[in-house]
Amino acid sequence: MSDDVKALSAELAGDPQSLVFLRLGELLRQKRQFDAASRVAIHGLERHPHLADAHDLLARILADAHDYERAFDEWDMTLRIAPQHIGALKGLAFLYFKIGDLTQAESHLQAAQDIAPDDPTIEQAFAVIRGEAGTTLASPPSPPAPRPVPPALALEPETPPARERPSGAVTPLPDERIFAGFEGAQEGLLLLDLAGLVLGGALKMPDGTDVTDTVAAYLAGVSQEAARAARLLDLGVWRGLSAEGQGGHVYLAQPTPESLLLLMRDRSLPLGRLGLLAQRAAQVARQWLERQR
Amino acid sequence: MSTPFSPLGRALDLITRVRGVRGAMVVSRADGLVVAEQLMEGIKGGAVAALASSLAGRLQRAMVSAGLGPSQFWHLQCDHGALLVVPAGEGLLLVAVTEADVNVGLVRLELLRAAETGA
Repeated sequence: MSDDVKALSAELAGDPQSLVFLRLGELLRQKRQFDAASRVAIHGLERHPHLADAHDLLARILADAHDYERAFDEWDMTLRIAPQHIGALKGLAFLYFKIGDLTQAESHLQAAQDIAPDDPTIEQAFAVIRGEAGTTLASPPSPPAPRPVPPALALEPETPPARERPSGAVTPLPDERIFAGFEGAQEGLLLLDLAGLVLGGALKMPDGTDVTDTVAAYLAGVSQEAARAARLLDLGVWRGLSAEGQGGHVYLAQPTPESLLLLMRDRSLPLGRLGLLAQRAAQVARQWLERQR
Repeated sequence: MSTPFSPLGRALDLITRVRGVRGAMVVSRADGLVVAEQLMEGIKGGAVAALASSLAGRLQRAMVSAGLGPSQFWHLQCDHGALLVVPAGEGLLLVAVTEADVNVGLVRLELLRAAETGA
């Protein structure tokens, strides 16, 4: 067992809730230890069933192990959770390419390129399809017959470690999954894990710009720092963190030790009332998180 | 570190006079170092200053990204007390450590007043 695998395994054993399983599973996949990688991914999914990156990891492992049917299911699930997940879009493009459905392969690649126009691997994948089809992208699709895979396959599922991807790789779950009935669930309420990855909700600026992922990234680590400050001052457990801004207020609460909830409202809502609303939202989030265990 | 006769000392003095306040500090926002402090014994000023500064920075970036503009007041509520922070001029933060049953509104006002007077 390599040192990296040992270190990540030890880290995961020390904190089974940790997202380090993503890195460990990916490392094992790269070492072509598919059974071990698969076990790590499945255990991770048991703890984080709605984490798009975890489904993507399992899909990549399955694809490498040539279990394309299950890989398809996992990437399909990834896209249900995170419709803009580039890894899943490219993975599905790869699978469609494998069975010769170039139209679907192109369509998924196009969707990926719309999201990440600067990703050079997508253009390479398009080139492979064009070469395979022997014509232009606008040409009619070839018959969906299985065909051999070219050796230099730019359509192989992408493999960056999940932590290197921006938090945008995990898009919010539909609000009805967590904050059903909560006012502002789609523009002023956000549930994150401690790494700043979005579990649910969304944040929008007054002009409608979606800032979910940016804000989530900045909030990674807030919970740990708040806990450390409280501990240093012998203040016990932290219950809430409110902040007054010129354009509105935010309130952070901790539904569980592994999650962080942010509620944002304009200044017309008094800070005290915002705290009450946030605690209620945290209760809803806590119940939802417990159901996922 | 500061005397009651310096502007910083006067500002901290006003804040710590509020019943339930265990201490107050002026902290450099950029590096989290204590500029001035009036703390009860046992409070680890340096460490708290560093954490308060870091926490304030994260919140500030998050709030600006969310279109809420710069933050004017932070309040960390804990079981046995609270940490209250307001930005002051010239890259400083005013930090107060309080008991659980403090009048948060009053401390907030004193912090904002001190910040306005150039702590």
